[in-house]
Amino acid sequence: MATPDDGAALQSPEKPYKVPIVAPGHTTATVTDKISAVVQSRTPRWWFIGFGISFLLLMMFLNSVTWLLWKGVGIWGINQPVGWGFAIINFVWWIGIGHAGTLISAILLLLRQEWRTSINRFAEAMTLFAVSCAGLYPLLHLGRPWLFYWLMPYPNTMGMWPNFRSPLVWDVFAVSTYATVSLLFWYVGLVPDLATLRDRSRHRFWQVVYGFGAMGWRGSAKHWHNYETAYLLLAGLATPLVLSVHTVVSFDFAIGIIPGWHATIFPPYFVAGAIYAGFAMVLLLSIPLRVAFNLEDFITLRHLQNMGKVMLATGMIVFYGYMTEFFFAWYSGNHLEQFTSMNRILGPYKWHWFGLMFCNGVAPQILWMRRFRTSPFWLFVVSLIVSVGMWLERFVIVVTSLHRDFLPSSWGMYAGTKWDWMTFIGSMGLFLTLFFLFIRFLPLISIFEMRTIVPGTKGEPSRGSEMTEVPQ
Amino acid sequence: MDSDHDVKGKCAAEASRRPGEGAPLDLETLREGLRAKRGPELWRSLDELAATPEFEDLLHREFPRQASEWPEGVSRRNFLQLAGASLALAGLTACTKQPIEKIVPYVRQPEQVIPGRPLFFATALTHAGYALGVLAESHLGRPTKIEGNPDHPASLGSTDAFRQAAILSLYDPSRSQTLSRNGRTATWSGFASDVNGALRARQPLGGDGLRILSGTVTSPTLEAQIKEILARFPKAHWHRWEPAGPHHERAAQVRAFGRPVEVRYDLSKADVVVAIDSELLTQGPGSVRASRDFGAKRRTPDMNRVYSVESGPTSTATVADHRLQLPPAEIEAFLAALAQAVGAAVSSGTGGELVTDPHVKQWVDAVAEDLKAHRGASVVAGGEQLSPAALVLVHAINGALGNVGATVTYTEPVEADPVDHVAELRNLTKDMADGKVDMLLLLGGVNPVYTAPADLDFAKALQKVELSIHHGLYEDETSRYCRWHIPAAHELEAWGDARAYDGTVSVIQPLIEPLFEGKSEIEVLATFNNRPDAAGYELVQAYWKTRLTGSFDTAWRQVLHDGLVANSQAAPVSVTVAGSAAQTAVTEIAAAVQQARARKDGVTLVFRPDPTIYDGRYAPNVWLQELPKPLTKLTWDNALVIGPKTAERLGLRVEETVELTVAGRKDLTLKTSAAVWILPGQAENTAVLTLGYGRAETAHGREDGGAGFNAYALRTSDALWSAPVEIRRIGERYPFACTQNHHALDPQGNETKLASEEAEQRHVVRQTTLAALRKDPEVIRKQGEKPAADESLYPAWKYPGHAWGMAIDLNICTGCNACVAACQAENNIPVVGKEQVLAGREMHWLRIDRYFQGDLDAPAIHHQPVPCMHCENAPCEVVCPVQATSHSDEGLNDMVYNRCVGTRYCSNNCPYKVRRFNFLRYSDRESPLAAMLYNPDVTVRMRGVMEKCSYCVQRIEQAKIEAKVEDAGAPEAGPHKIPVGKLQTACQQSCPTQAIVFGDINDPQWEVSQWKADSRNYGLLEELNTRPRTTYLAKVRNPNPRLEPPSDSKSDSTSELKSEMRTTHGHS
Repeated sequence: MATPDDGAALQSPEKPYKVPIVAPGHTTATVTDKISAVVQSRTPRWWFIGFGISFLLLMMFLNSVTWLLWKGVGIWGINQPVGWGFAIINFVWWIGIGHAGTLISAILLLLRQEWRTSINRFAEAMTLFAVSCAGLYPLLHLGRPWLFYWLMPYPNTMGMWPNFRSPLVWDVFAVSTYATVSLLFWYVGLVPDLATLRDRSRHRFWQVVYGFGAMGWRGSAKHWHNYETAYLLLAGLATPLVLSVHTVVSFDFAIGIIPGWHATIFPPYFVAGAIYAGFAMVLLLSIPLRVAFNLEDFITLRHLQNMGKVMLATGMIVFYGYMTEFFFAWYSGNHLEQFTSMNRILGPYKWHWFGLMFCNGVAPQILWMRRFRTSPFWLFVVSLIVSVGMWLERFVIVVTSLHRDFLPSSWGMYAGTKWDWMTFIGSMGLFLTLFFLFIRFLPLISIFEMRTIVPGTKGEPSRGSEMTEVPQ
Repeated sequence: MDSDHDVKGKCAAEASRRPGEGAPLDLETLREGLRAKRGPELWRSLDELAATPEFEDLLHREFPRQASEWPEGVSRRNFLQLAGASLALAGLTACTKQPIEKIVPYVRQPEQVIPGRPLFFATALTHAGYALGVLAESHLGRPTKIEGNPDHPASLGSTDAFRQAAILSLYDPSRSQTLSRNGRTATWSGFASDVNGALRARQPLGGDGLRILSGTVTSPTLEAQIKEILARFPKAHWHRWEPAGPHHERAAQVRAFGRPVEVRYDLSKADVVVAIDSELLTQGPGSVRASRDFGAKRRTPDMNRVYSVESGPTSTATVADHRLQLPPAEIEAFLAALAQAVGAAVSSGTGGELVTDPHVKQWVDAVAEDLKAHRGASVVAGGEQLSPAALVLVHAINGALGNVGATVTYTEPVEADPVDHVAELRNLTKDMADGKVDMLLLLGGVNPVYTAPADLDFAKALQKVELSIHHGLYEDETSRYCRWHIPAAHELEAWGDARAYDGTVSVIQPLIEPLFEGKSEIEVLATFNNRPDAAGYELVQAYWKTRLTGSFDTAWRQVLHDGLVANSQAAPVSVTVAGSAAQTAVTEIAAAVQQARARKDGVTLVFRPDPTIYDGRYAPNVWLQELPKPLTKLTWDNALVIGPKTAERLGLRVEETVELTVAGRKDLTLKTSAAVWILPGQAENTAVLTLGYGRAETAHGREDGGAGFNAYALRTSDALWSAPVEIRRIGERYPFACTQNHHALDPQGNETKLASEEAEQRHVVRQTTLAALRKDPEVIRKQGEKPAADESLYPAWKYPGHAWGMAIDLNICTGCNACVAACQAENNIPVVGKEQVLAGREMHWLRIDRYFQGDLDAPAIHHQPVPCMHCENAPCEVVCPVQATSHSDEGLNDMVYNRCVGTRYCSNNCPYKVRRFNFLRYSDRESPLAAMLYNPDVTVRMRGVMEKCSYCVQRIEQAKIEAKVEDAGAPEAGPHKIPVGKLQTACQQSCPTQAIVFGDINDPQWEVSQWKADSRNYGLLEELNTRPRTTYLAKVRNPNPRLEPPSDSKSDSTSELKSEMRTTHGHS
């Protein structure tokens, strides 16, 4: 990431990435006060409004899911030949979003990127909630969702195993492992903070609740020792998952023989796309959050800029993936591949394709310029565009490949119905509802980790046994 | 006896609860009963009330035969008792109906009746009056499936879509279920006494004012009955009206021969077939047989050559070697020129040449030459839409070519008392309007209020008839104007007889007691002969008692067993075209052509019977409604079909509504609205609107009755089949449910063009010419790339026992839909409705793809039936997470419904898109009528599961069990050999041209093994290495070198080189 003016920028205190990861003037006490205050002060009005809207969307989700279970997946727009629609698009979209959380918390931890400390907690929460949304779709999209457990290997009277050749079974393992590890990782990280909240709570109820969650954390050296070991182990476990989950998800398509799906490029470019989408979502969440809770001191422009850079890099990989697909369609000499490629650009869904190219390929290019990269407003706009673009990408992959496959007699068209949209938007309600509850009742920034990086406590955040001196 | 009473009580309660009825049978009795009960006793339902002795007495008086009545709410146990009893007794006495109607459970298992094993009864089903011999499958007394009768000359074992769907009409809950008088429920005895009184009053007048109107009648019994009535009432009259009958053909026969005859073509001997605007392979009484003969001849090494000259694509064109597309008037000019060229008529003497277009001229010369070279071995067939003059020329040409007596046979007419239907209907309407008719019987579902030509105004005239009686399966437009409505018995529930296209008589025997209060035509007519209580069985038997030779009982059983009366064909007649008839015809045509040419850009509207609901009589049949029309692939609607050029000129778009105006005679202007469908291959300035749609809302007790557009509103008695029409844009959008390229027909036809070009690129329908195939038998294989057999990651499957496979000959598939309907009936395939077809969710396991090739204004058209391919390397099997679709040890790609969780991955991954998903709850798993219809050997699928063609696995298993039983004594070694031909899939069995073969490809004895060894055999998309078990025999055309010079060796080799290059390129 070294640019020619790096040296100059480092000299200049105004340059954003010279901005420290915690604004000056903070002590361990102020950090603790400020982050706990978010949880322990009176609930702000905007929270009620935001939560209310999210909750309404969640109710819409439940409404559409109820209707879905009552009537069947026929209420959606899927048909022959497009057997997968919004449900799978949304599944891949949500699960992609989750990836940034894991990347931030695990990989950046192992790489000792200290700036991750300000954002890892809510990014992990985002992962968890995104995976919850994502995980619902494969269940809901089943024709007989009440039999979903048949996809799992369990001893049964039918004497049947799932078909281990099917990528959908791999999906079950990949996603459930991912959800489990993410949950553990997030929760283990929360334990010391829950103890802090327990200690600071005045009301008996909250003392019990947080105390329950803190699992008897007293901050002893032994506790810290075990904690650090567990956290590192979990980070190590979560790291391969960043790569494996979306690789497996991409197999859902790559294993199929449909032109437009059957491509070896899928795993890497799906992973890059997932990180791309995930960072867009982290930005979408952190930019309003830092304003709402006055956390600009902790989530600084430097964080935003770093995330912008990651987006730019992964976006370029994704765009390279698109170009590779076209190149190999041409280079293979395979008529069907060529037709599918041309059909994406010129067929009935050409506007989706152009939209995708604009959102994922063109719009993020403004991040080359520091002015945009350091502007919360522009970062927010670009993140929004990227989120739309990543959804369009999955639409293009799922729908345009299926709608005109091998036999021209079976070609068809696909469009989501109002139930598709209600389920999709409703799942955002689920996500936001969980997120609003999270920011209200749990520390959205890791308190104890922030304390370790407050200037003056220690130059470099270091982990391991020597961190026992961290004040309680 | 108690149980007997029980059932009766239930029946009566049902009867009085049926929809659409006004008052119960005898309100007074019921009210009295109620009055007596007033007080603390409450009555909850009519059932309870009906349990009184008074009510039972009333029932016995009104319905002496009520015990056999079939109530909708019958319990399974009662049903089994009833079914068992009736079948048991029927079986014991060789298919005769039993008068004993007690309900008793089995004490001793009756012979032949084994639960789980169906019985087959030979009977016949009529279509537009003509019979087709069929075998009806019966499971414990429920008919469930129709097959062709292999012994019947019109069938030879095949059927058509109409007959396949007939089984659904039997169980149609929208059938009328009770007699009604002025719209209120009435009784049979009430009807009989009404008729009796009316006839007695008319006796002294000789029956003046008594009229009978029926469709085409071929039934000897019915004819005898009517003649008896006419003998008693000399002033009565019998009128006929068959909306889509051969009116022009009949007129032409009278002009040419001076008398009506029946024309039969023997296509098995015809080397050259010229079809002039003719659907001879898919429509008409002998079409099933014609298809069989055609298929047999075309499969021989010296295959026939077929020319089709037509205004719009016909099924014939899809198997033709040459197709010429002309407006109706130009077709007649072509025919006149052809008649002159083969010497059937001399020059018209009008001066100008009839045919001026050099291309058409070349056609005339080439076809004439070909015909002359095949004297006595050619057939020229003319469609009913041609003018009578043109049809005279068709006869003259066949005569001049010496075909008569060889490939063309004339016999005595099969229709009883053949008359001019149009004139008959015109006279009847006039007499009714003049008040000369005071008693009218509309027999056999005839529906003139809807079908009569618009200039007659039948409805208005009908209102003047005092005693009008409508008899039909449905309450319809006509029944509303009638005093009486008598529900008709379905042909599977009543006795009768009918003749086939060649005159062969079949006795129609019922398989089940009438489900509702239906009465057959002969039972209705019996009331006119003072025998209101005569059972159909007695009436039919009484007729044949004097006519069968030998011992009656033996002969009768033989007739019922065989399904036909031996040697009852119509006698051949020797007729020749009257000397001047051809000449007059040419002159007439010349004048008409001049007139038409003067109109220039005027659009001619052609009426045709609909390929799926015919003249509207099958409109209530949802199987037929959802059957995609062979060429447009539309379901649930008809459309104003026009060609791309005409659409462009008039600025019309697909699915746009227009107003059609036909300027009729006098001041009569006829209008209707319609929506446009653009069909490549429709001749310029012509439009087709099929009959049978646009009926009154709920015309047949169903909400979707009003779909489509009413062609009858534009049809006049002097322009039955075509009329000049004005098209005015309304511009609203009317969505059509098309099963192929949903919504893909943009105004420029780009999407269609893209689809047809892509189909060609992907070698979907492979084809060659006979000459090329002879030169290089490998020409078909070279058209695509076939991976080596071991090119797979997984080890190849081994099939030590059976290995099932199918082959389909594209060369003889006419796209007639019989297989699709047969598959639907056999496999309990649900109907999804127009909305769901629009959404792209039709459920047919077997579909017939249609492709255009070449210029979209005059394309070649191909049909390709696509069932499941049962791939060896099935892409669906790998991706199913729960192993709901897996490979059987006989090579079947099995679908396990109760294991399916509905991920739809298999369907996505299927390159052939043959899988069908129950997106919603499509199957009727509740109504008892539907339960009776279902094939008990096939699961009725629930929502959320995938389904697809199973190669009729239930039939395979049945055959295996039978083979095992046969081999009972043999040592247990390997699979038991199923005798060749003992096993047929439903589609194969129904196919009129025998284009589908199925069997054990491990055994070279089976025809399918031989077909697969044919050099024409190829697999669809075989380059994907799916190794499909269903393969196709490529289309082979036999073009006339004069119309299509064989490509010289140079260009041939370059095209081969090109395909070689593509192959290698694709491989790299």
